[in-house]
Amino acid sequence: MNLLRRFLRTPEAIAGAVILAALFAMALAASLLFPGDPQAIAGTALLLPFQDWSLPLGTDRLGRDVLAELFHGARTSLAVGLAAAAAALAVGAIVGTLAGFAGGLADEVLMRITDAFQTVPSFLLALAFVSIVGPSLGVVVAAIALGAWTGPARVARAEVLSIRERDFVAGARVIGMHPLEIAFREVLPNALPPVLALSSVIVAAAILTEAALSFLGLGDPNRVTWGGMIAEGRAMLRTAPFLSIIPGVALVLTVLGVYLAGEGVVETTAAMRGLS
Amino acid sequence: MTRALTLLRRRLVGSIFVLLIVVIGTFLLLEAAPGDAVDAYIVSTGGDAGMIELLRHRWGLDQTELTRLANYLWALLHLDLGQSVTFSRPIRDVILERLPNTLLLMGSATVLSFGLGSALGIYAGARPGGFRDRLLSIGSLALHAVPGFWLGLVLIIVFAVDLRWLPIGGIETLVSAKTGLERAADIARHLVLPVSALGFIYLALYLRMMRAGMAEVWRQDFVLAARAKGLSRRRIVLHHVARNALLPLVTMLGLQSVQMLGGSVVIESVFSVPGLGRLAQEAVAARDTPLLLGIILTSAVLVVVINLLVDIAYALLDPRVGASEAGA
Repeated sequence: MNLLRRFLRTPEAIAGAVILAALFAMALAASLLFPGDPQAIAGTALLLPFQDWSLPLGTDRLGRDVLAELFHGARTSLAVGLAAAAAALAVGAIVGTLAGFAGGLADEVLMRITDAFQTVPSFLLALAFVSIVGPSLGVVVAAIALGAWTGPARVARAEVLSIRERDFVAGARVIGMHPLEIAFREVLPNALPPVLALSSVIVAAAILTEAALSFLGLGDPNRVTWGGMIAEGRAMLRTAPFLSIIPGVALVLTVLGVYLAGEGVVETTAAMRGLS
Repeated sequence: MTRALTLLRRRLVGSIFVLLIVVIGTFLLLEAAPGDAVDAYIVSTGGDAGMIELLRHRWGLDQTELTRLANYLWALLHLDLGQSVTFSRPIRDVILERLPNTLLLMGSATVLSFGLGSALGIYAGARPGGFRDRLLSIGSLALHAVPGFWLGLVLIIVFAVDLRWLPIGGIETLVSAKTGLERAADIARHLVLPVSALGFIYLALYLRMMRAGMAEVWRQDFVLAARAKGLSRRRIVLHHVARNALLPLVTMLGLQSVQMLGGSVVIESVFSVPGLGRLAQEAVAARDTPLLLGIILTSAVLVVVINLLVDIAYALLDPRVGASEAGA
């Protein structure tokens, strides 16, 4: 509880926590509050927001309930953002640990591959990957992770380089532990904190990339996404701008919430390290 | 100058390896794509099984993967990216035609985000922890949370649809037959919104980095000395603190170029700017994989070149960089 209180000390962290909590609530409640297909027709087309209280945010040009789509879109954004970030952090941590611990040629090769991935704009890479493999939720997650693992890999490698010289690693060697076991059971867990500090930035970037992919029509066609809603609303930009503005505001708030909460976590852990 | 040249030579060797890995990567993606160049060709021209067989043989597609990779590399060495099915023209020509527009967009957006970002960063970093600092930090974070394509749409709604101040998209007025300065002004008018959309999103990074750098410099002894000398606060902020925090921002320019190339895909799509990014979107829509991979390769080369230029600029600006490497 002490930890939580320390986390909630700055107004920024509180704002971030509130936004994220609301978002998770939206994602969890989506099926309860709006059961059935959110892409089904719910009323007259192009109903403005705040006119009819059974459809509070109005309807799009096909008469679909914007609020229902917004709730179901929260689910996609969160799921893709978290899954892609988890995959990127895991791959990055493993590659970075292998490179840093093995050293020599393996390090050289792995780091040049990392360089190569950082040379290609990650959004173009994701675009190419999805368009070749075909759009589905899993492919979108993989495509985003493909461009996001390099940062964690570099941080993990740098951390491992300093950890591998410590005494407990030498000790593990002396008792005859297998090098891979030392790398993943002794070194990797100790190298994780700075890698995990990147999570908020990576989750935020993943949510934005997912939105951009679905905006260009490369999201999972069977799911509602905020990016897809904005793309839909684009055709009605002159007559019904609210259709693109509402999901965009949701995206901005979500990403901002992730950033703010992330900064709060970093500050809390820094303060704790200062105390101990 | 020799220092910069030694640095350039070392980076160049490393870059060639990196580009080779990128090429192998794109080749693998090309292989993974359903259908090959012959299938695409037959779809647009028509032909029977015998024709397919003949073409596969002539284009070397019936050989082993290693031979095909060698052929691919050989063609790339001759700057041959293959034929685009959608445009029925060499991919290289299509890309070279679109590249200047993207460079213009990216260049202007970089000037905007670097200039305004570092200026606001100085403003925030003049008093770290102060009210202005907090406000700008939150503001820049909020700006960084905005998806580029959505900011573009909002700018269109406000400035092109409602106020009608600026054109809704495109790079210049079609069939206007404007020339010289008049044409340049027309292009500039078309670029205001896309450059703002692209530039404002990346502004936050420069602002935050400048501000963090200044907060660091404030703690150093020479700032205390400058204060003890009785220099004005304005002079200390601009000449002592900001100046020392500005240099690391230059390295960001290279890193930023990669992200901006990615960001330009959606911005160019929103504003119908006929550049490399919109070409990528067109390639995806038309399932023209070789064209898409050609764009990726071009971007990778562009990123490498920009990073080399940034490295050289940095070495010229900071005498400490590469001094040990040149001596060795």
